[in-house]
Amino acid sequence: MMGKKTLTFMLMDAPFENARTTTALRLIDIAARRGYDINVFAYEGAVYLPLAAQARHANAVHGTDAAEEDHPLPREWVAAVMQEAARNGGKLDWVNCGLCVDERGANEAIAGVRRGSPADFWKMAGASDNVLVIPTR
Amino acid sequence: MADYILIESRDPFDSAEVGRFLDLAEGLAKEGGEVALFLVQNAVMAARHGAKAAALAALAANGVKVLADSFSLQERGISPNGLTAGIAVAPLSAVIDYMATGRRALWH
Repeated sequence: MMGKKTLTFMLMDAPFENARTTTALRLIDIAARRGYDINVFAYEGAVYLPLAAQARHANAVHGTDAAEEDHPLPREWVAAVMQEAARNGGKLDWVNCGLCVDERGANEAIAGVRRGSPADFWKMAGASDNVLVIPTR
Repeated sequence: MADYILIESRDPFDSAEVGRFLDLAEGLAKEGGEVALFLVQNAVMAARHGAKAAALAALAANGVKVLADSFSLQERGISPNGLTAGIAVAPLSAVIDYMATGRRALWH
């Protein structure tokens, strides 16, 4: 069993668009289950991942209402990995790039998300055992 | 010499950049570092036996540990028994294992 680690991830993809988001959150979940301390710096479209306003919707093509459609919401995934980290003795520090938030009007994030700048990513990286950047391209 | 975990997420039939990423893996291995290449998402398509996967097989033969994400294989209906020789199936947690040991991690 390895000791407690600190890992930092930079995410850039907006939600609902690419499998990279799912894979990134799977990786973060694995680290959370190990009780690692995790930093996430959400850059560009990734600041929408914890957007509090995400909502389930009906799907007229499928003929389903919102409950039947049961659309997955990334904000719930983000909250879940935060809770998983805490449950296992770790913590997840999620920082949304402030300029990216302002550009997109994505201010209303779920609890536990804070605003920062790329300088925070630099600090996180310097204080971590390892870093993974998951770019859009 | 640093050791590396390279994560390939793209299908080589969709992105010509994959070849350059595999070249990087080969070059890093030749420099003497331990190199693992983890295939995830559509990158596992090239791991199928019979696919155009000569580059992956060559990497495996030249000391690069080539792994294919079990979940990505399952999603795409690819049997673990149907992979090119030299490519092993692994869970995504292998990436976190490598990161925890300090390997330099690169995503493509």
